[in-house]
Amino acid sequence: MSDLGHVLVLAGGLSHERDVSLRSGRRVAESLREVGVDVSQRDADADLIVTLRNDPPAAVFPLLHGVQGEDGAIQQILTLLDLPYVGSPAGSCRQTFDKPISKGLLEKAGLNTPPGVVLSQSTFRELGAAALLDALVGRIGLPLVVKPSRGGSALGSSLVNDAADLPSAMVECFAYGDSAMIERKIEGSEVSVSVVDTGDGPVALPAVEIVAESGTYDYHARYTAGTTEYFVPARLPSAVADDVAQAAVRAHRTLGLRDVSRTDMIVDSSGTPWLLDVNVAPGMTETSLLPQSVRAAGIGLGELARDLLAAAVKRHAEA
Amino acid sequence: MGQYPDAQRRNTAAAVSSTGSKLDSYVDRYATRTHGMTASEVRSLFAVASRPEVVSLAGGMPNISGLPLDVVGSLLSELIEKRGTTALQYGSGQGDPQLREQICDVMRPVGVHGHPDDVTVTVGSQQALDLITRIFIDPGDVILAEAPSYVGALSTFRSYQADVVHVEMDDDGLVPERVRQAIATVQASGRTIKFLYTIPNYHNPAGVTLTAQRRQEILGICQDAGVLIVEDDPYGLLGFDGDVPRAMRADDPEGVIYLGSFSKTFAPGFRVGWTLAPHAVREKLVLAAESSVLCPPAFSQLAVSEYLSGHDWRGQVKAFRELYRERCDAMLGALDDLMPAGAHWTRPRGGFYVWLTLPAGLDTKAMLPRAVTNRVAYVPGTAFYADGFGSRSMRLSFCYPTPDRIREGVRRLAQVIEQEMELRAAFGAAGASQRPGLDAPAPDQA
Repeated sequence: MSDLGHVLVLAGGLSHERDVSLRSGRRVAESLREVGVDVSQRDADADLIVTLRNDPPAAVFPLLHGVQGEDGAIQQILTLLDLPYVGSPAGSCRQTFDKPISKGLLEKAGLNTPPGVVLSQSTFRELGAAALLDALVGRIGLPLVVKPSRGGSALGSSLVNDAADLPSAMVECFAYGDSAMIERKIEGSEVSVSVVDTGDGPVALPAVEIVAESGTYDYHARYTAGTTEYFVPARLPSAVADDVAQAAVRAHRTLGLRDVSRTDMIVDSSGTPWLLDVNVAPGMTETSLLPQSVRAAGIGLGELARDLLAAAVKRHAEA
Repeated sequence: MGQYPDAQRRNTAAAVSSTGSKLDSYVDRYATRTHGMTASEVRSLFAVASRPEVVSLAGGMPNISGLPLDVVGSLLSELIEKRGTTALQYGSGQGDPQLREQICDVMRPVGVHGHPDDVTVTVGSQQALDLITRIFIDPGDVILAEAPSYVGALSTFRSYQADVVHVEMDDDGLVPERVRQAIATVQASGRTIKFLYTIPNYHNPAGVTLTAQRRQEILGICQDAGVLIVEDDPYGLLGFDGDVPRAMRADDPEGVIYLGSFSKTFAPGFRVGWTLAPHAVREKLVLAAESSVLCPPAFSQLAVSEYLSGHDWRGQVKAFRELYRERCDAMLGALDDLMPAGAHWTRPRGGFYVWLTLPAGLDTKAMLPRAVTNRVAYVPGTAFYADGFGSRSMRLSFCYPTPDRIREGVRRLAQVIEQEMELRAAFGAAGASQRPGLDAPAPDQA
C-alpha cells in the first residue's frame, strides 16, 4: 500500500462533459488502486464540501471537465479548504479555460494561434448576424472552425466549409455558451502534447498525432474506439517534434499551469505548430490522449497519478 | 521520478515511422450491423439529466414509488421460502405455465382471448421485439412504423438491418390512408414488407391513441395486403379515465402478434413481458428465445405470478392511472400556460408521454445543451425516426417527476425555447423540413 494515505478522485459534476469526467475518474481511480494507493471516487454534489471538511482526504485529484472543473471553481474550493490537490491554481485555470483569454496570452508570448475572432451571442443579435457573418467569412476565410469560448470534448464545435452552413454552426455553438470563437481552419497534422510536472519542472510527453476517420476529430471520433487512428509519437521529423514539445511546455508556463496540461495544435506543412487549445484537466478515458502519451513514454498511468498526488502533498506541506 | 525527462527524449526522437493504433484491436472484425453503435453527444448529455438538480422530462421510468414495497417485499420473501428451489432454477423456454395462464387473464380487458400455449414469456417486451425482428427480418426488409416510433424498437430494427418506412400519424393515431399508400409504394418498389409495428394505445413517444374505427380500417388494409401487424401494448391499461381500448389482436388473432409487459403495470425491474402469437410463429419465437436466453428468469416470473394472484393488481393499476393522470394534467396545464405561439403538442388520455413540436426553425437536438445548462432535459425528436425527421419535436415524459417538478421543468423549458427563438431569429438559421402529420399539422390543427 502506498504511503500517500487516502486520496480522493473527484469526477462527474453538472457540466456537459459529466459522462467523460466519470469515465476519466474511474480510469484514474482504478490505475491508482493498481499501484497500491488507497483511493475513492465521488461526485461533485451538494454534499461535497461537508464531506471534505468532515473527512479530509490526504489529497484530491480533480477530474471534473468543463465548467466547475476547469474554470477554477473546484480549485478555489480546495484551496479554501486547505487541501492538497493535483492541478493548476484557480486563477490559471480560469484564464486557460477561457479560450479567448488564453489565446491572447499565448500570442503575447510569441506562440502561434489561428487568426480568429471572439463574439458574443448578444453582439450578433444587436448588430445583425447576416452582415457580421459575411464580414467574418471575408476576413477569416473558409474553411473555418466555430467553437464555444469555454468548454471541451469538441462539444458545440463545427468545421464550416460553406458560408451557408455558418448560421446553424453558430446556433449550435451558442447552445453551449454565450460566447463563440471563430478561427481559420489551419491545414496540417492534428497533434496533442501532454505536459507533466512531478516536481522537477514541466516535461512534454510523446506527442499524439490524431487522424480521424471522418476527417473531423469530433465527440464521436474522440470517444468511439476504432473511429480515429492515433500515432504515438506523432509522425514528425525530430526537429519539428522538438518544436512541438517546446511549444506545449511554453504554453504550460505562459498560462501559469501546474502538474499537468494538454495542448492541442495543428502542425502545418512548414512544420509550424499552431495552438488550438490548452486543457487544465485533460481527459483520462480509454480513448483520451494523455493516457496514450503516458503509455508511449513507458510510464504507467497509476504511477503518474501517484507521483502527481505525491508532488501535490509535498507542495502543500512546504507552502 | 527520474523517468520523466526520459519521456521527453522519447518525444523528440525521430518518429516518422510511428505506427498507428485505433485503440480497438477488433475494429475491422465487427459485423456491419454494429456500425451505428457509437458514442453520441446526446447520450452524453443524459448523464447530466440523471442528477437531481435537473428536471428530467426525458426518461420513461415508471413511477414505482406508487407501489406498496412492503407488500412486494413480503411476497418475495415468501416466494423464496416456499418455492425457492423452483424460483432459483432454470425454467421452461416458453415461460412458466401458471404465469402464461395469468397473462391470458390480464389480456381479457383488452378483448384478447388467448390460449396459454400461444403465450411466450420474454425478458421485457423489448426481448419480444428482438425475437420477432430476428425471426422475420433479412437485411433490407421493410418494417412499417409510425412517425414517430418507439426508439427502442427502432434500435432493434436497425441492428437487424431492416429498412424502416415511417407512416404518418395525427391526433387519432396512424392514418389508414397513409398505411395503404405506404404499402403500395413499398410493394411497387419490389421490396418486402415484413410487418407493421404499431403502439395503438397512449403511444410512445406521441401520446396519441388509435381510434376504434381506424383500428378496423388498418386491420382490413393489412389483411388485404398480407401485412402482419405487431401490436405493442405496454400502456393499454393506463388510460386515465379507465378506458381500455380494444386490442387489434382481439379482432384478428391470425394477423396480429400482440406484445404485453408488466413493466408499467407492476415494475420494470422484473423484466417480464410476453407475446401472444399465432401458433406457427410462437413455435419459432420459443426456439429463438431459447437460443437467446435459454429461459426467461424463473425468479421474476414467479414473483410476477405471486403478485398477480396474491395482490389487488387491478387496484394498483388504478392507483397508477391516478398518479399518471395528475402528472399529465400538470404538464398539459404548464404547456398551455407557457409555450410560445407556433408550438403544438398532443393531449394524451393515458400513458407516459406528450409529443411537443416547436415553432418552425427550431432544432431540439441542437437546443438540448442549452436545456441541460438550464437544468431541464427531454429527448430530441430525431431519436424517434429512422430517417432523420423530427428535428422540431421532442418527447416529454410526465411519468416520473412530481407535478410541481413537472411545472418547474416546463417553465425552464419555456425559457430555453425563448432564448433559442431569439437566437434563431438573429441568425435566420433554417430548420430542417418536417414530415407531414404530428410534426407539421395543417394550419388549422396547429
